Amino acid sequence: MKSTQSVDHVVIRFAGDSGDGMQIVGSQFTNTTALLGNDLATFPDFPAEIRAPAGTLAGVSGFQLHFANHDIFTPGDSPEALVAMNPAALKANIDDLKPGGLVIVNQEKFIDREFEKCGITSNPLDDGSLAAFRVVPVDLARHTREAVEGLGLSGKETERCKNFYALGITYWLYTRPMETTERWIEAKFKEPYREANIRALRAGYNYAETVELFHERFEVAPMKQAPGVYRNIMGNQATALGLVVGASKAGVPLFLGSYPITPASDILHYLAAFKSHGVCTFQAEDEIAAITSAIGASFGGSIGLTTTSGPGMALKTEAMGLAVMTELPLVIVNIQRGGPSTGLPTKTEQSDLLQSVYGRNGECPLPVIAASTPSDCFEMAVEAVRIATTYMTPVILLTDGYLANGSEPWRVPNVDDIPAFPVTFHTEVAGFKAYSRNPETLARPWVRPGTPGLEHRIGGLEKQEGTGNVSYDPTNHENMVKLRAAKVAGIKVPDIEVHGDEGGLLVVGWGSTYGAIRVAVDQARRAGLRVGHAHIRNIHPLPANTDEVLRRYDRVIVPEMNLGQLVKVLRDLTLIDCVSVPKVKGQAFKVSEVLTAIRHHQVVEAK
Amino acid sequence: MSTPEAPVYTKKDFMSDQIIRWCPGCGDYAILSQAQTVFAELGIPREQFAIISGIGCSSRFPYYINAYGFHTIHGRAFAVATGLKTSRPDLSVWVATGDGDALSIGGNHLIHCLRRNVDLNILLFNNRIYGLTKGQYSPTSEVGKKTKSTPMGSIDHPFMPAALALGADASFVARSVDIFVKEQREVMRAAAAHKGTSFVELYQNCNIFNDHAWDQLTEKAVRDDRCLFLEHGKPMIFGAGKKGIKLRGLRPEVVELGDGLTADDCLVHDETDDFLGAILARMDYPAFPVPMGVLHRKPRATYDAMVNEQLAAAKASGSADLQSLLLGKDTWTVK
Repeated sequence: MKSTQSVDHVVIRFAGDSGDGMQIVGSQFTNTTALLGNDLATFPDFPAEIRAPAGTLAGVSGFQLHFANHDIFTPGDSPEALVAMNPAALKANIDDLKPGGLVIVNQEKFIDREFEKCGITSNPLDDGSLAAFRVVPVDLARHTREAVEGLGLSGKETERCKNFYALGITYWLYTRPMETTERWIEAKFKEPYREANIRALRAGYNYAETVELFHERFEVAPMKQAPGVYRNIMGNQATALGLVVGASKAGVPLFLGSYPITPASDILHYLAAFKSHGVCTFQAEDEIAAITSAIGASFGGSIGLTTTSGPGMALKTEAMGLAVMTELPLVIVNIQRGGPSTGLPTKTEQSDLLQSVYGRNGECPLPVIAASTPSDCFEMAVEAVRIATTYMTPVILLTDGYLANGSEPWRVPNVDDIPAFPVTFHTEVAGFKAYSRNPETLARPWVRPGTPGLEHRIGGLEKQEGTGNVSYDPTNHENMVKLRAAKVAGIKVPDIEVHGDEGGLLVVGWGSTYGAIRVAVDQARRAGLRVGHAHIRNIHPLPANTDEVLRRYDRVIVPEMNLGQLVKVLRDLTLIDCVSVPKVKGQAFKVSEVLTAIRHHQVVEAK
Repeated sequence: MSTPEAPVYTKKDFMSDQIIRWCPGCGDYAILSQAQTVFAELGIPREQFAIISGIGCSSRFPYYINAYGFHTIHGRAFAVATGLKTSRPDLSVWVATGDGDALSIGGNHLIHCLRRNVDLNILLFNNRIYGLTKGQYSPTSEVGKKTKSTPMGSIDHPFMPAALALGADASFVARSVDIFVKEQREVMRAAAAHKGTSFVELYQNCNIFNDHAWDQLTEKAVRDDRCLFLEHGKPMIFGAGKKGIKLRGLRPEVVELGDGLTADDCLVHDETDDFLGAILARMDYPAFPVPMGVLHRKPRATYDAMVNEQLAAAKASGSADLQSLLLGKDTWTVK
């Protein structure tokens, strides 16, 4: 009888060739684990190439999952278990594994021909290089072949089932039920592949239970969650849902103009499937048509939306200026990735902050907000629509590749509990002026074409205050520049709330660094350091108490996945000399890296 | 609700209160005047018109028409109009553009708009020059043209706009000239009536930077001999009835009528024929008279209608319940 050991949390990583189905295995493990009630965070990491040459380092695709019986905030710094489908996957990932960690390898691939493809000179299974780990070689190919025998599958088709065999092994190892995945296989595959994949999954599970390779298995109890209905959610999913809910709360149709780009395309895919909710999606001929079609839809009384990533943002810049000048509501979502140029399309970065805040011709202010976690993408997407329609302005919502593809459990809100912000289109003919102002928000009226008596013209030329007629008057131009700036500056933004200590060291973050900073700050505080965490969701305008909060601390550090862009904004607006903690590797911060920075910058108090 | 009646307008109802800032003598005035006249007689409520433009002299057009108007950015009017029409199929959407705006910076949007067949009416003012930027050659300028940016003469091979439009599978292609009052109105009426992207090329004179650009075709004395006024179902005859167009193999040729050759021997115009459209689009002076009127008209499903059909079908068969959308397929409950 094998023993079952209860643990608080587990970090596991699946790695293989791009074609090995590692993302499927990872997301299946995730869904099963979410339904068991564990807290979790995931990190899929894949190459830009769809199928790089098999067996090479360039082709390695990975999926890391952290699950626990308590609140967690990151996918984990280093896994304790690694499933490696070939030597390249082992080589690319072994350095991250905890000492004493478990390595399950696909034995048949550990041959000279495969070693050559990834530059390994001796067999790691017997050269002693894995001595620090518990290595379990499994002949996945042979076992899978035996499992699907008689179903008439070709050799290649049989080969494709081996990821489910590996998944079955891990399900046994971490006491996960197979039902969720079996249901998914049944819905996804036709016979005989349905039967083959289910057989492979079960065979892997039974193999792990029967053979003497594993001496114990692990269980992770459900975490104590607040009552409610939960689902697992990825950042791009949450963004798409938030946009639909936002449009509904505004009471206007949602129109998406988008051009496919990694890692934003999934939002287009999700929204294209939400037609029954009245969502209109337009796959444009390019990034510029994507945003300008959305502006056209906003002119017509929809909430225009465009979704993209860095290079696409660059192309949309002129059109953002048009939306600023014509004061039309518009939501621009930038799923940031490694740059500049094509950069690192599938890797994460936060290097478009300055572009978003400052990067347009002319004095061209617009609000910029950023989501901190996959589920926060939902809230910030609703908020983007609210700001856009309330203030008649384009809004940039920043997320990144790490949030977009990462996932976590989400307590699904009751739609009726989300406050509505209904749009009132202007219909009053008497005294109508296209650029009159709401005294509170400074928003101009939104008029739907088709409204009798309000025919008017707008455009990118400078507007005369009030009438909106073309004006080249010097004083008017300066007034309008200031008015547009004042409108954005006057957007009501929630105050910063600090987690942790008052005084000492403050760690300021924005966007997807939330989890790593939160965990590192808590660990530092447990170790006796005096440190607080402030996470900025509204980057432009900044929360009104930013200056005051930052001044309460002796020192402020800002970990960012760029060379210090928020630091520049904070210095610009507060004159506080925040210290940058940059990381620009296409990878998220590890908790340990933030902790190191905290220790380095800690404020030692005089006794 | 009262029964909607076709509104009665005059041209004046479509004149805005803005001072027109085109140069005196510019061909744009004539086009504006014909458009206002045609808009007034279409029976469409004024508030249902949306005039979209890009950048250039022609793109000032919306400011001068008393309707909804949007002067956007260079080259992008087609994309703005596509978003507007797709989300608001009830509107009558017109795009005013020029040879630089539509064929240079906006070329990509133009071909995709035509391919999709969004129900828009495009008026392309072709004056073969950049006017607003003060006289550089354009994508329709002739080879050898000396301008500020081509002091030794242009070496760019020009576009034939109608051929380009047909290459992008335009469902409606027509041509007229700023100073042709009656013919221009006919073409605008036909464009308004056509469901799909109506591509109208209007030869227009820029009297400051490219004066007399079209005189060789449009001067009264030569007009009849150098323009071919097309009529659907009628033989292609020009030159005061003395000349016709005949097909020799796959190529058109100009023939003198008489001597046994009659109108019955001439090519008969068929607006719905793609191949004939391609021939007409490539006919240019001086080898041929330039075809005027509707070169091609072949209705097919419009993009905006199909988008809205899909939306209606999805709404009819699917759920609009937001809560179930948020919940998705796999949930768990914590009590």
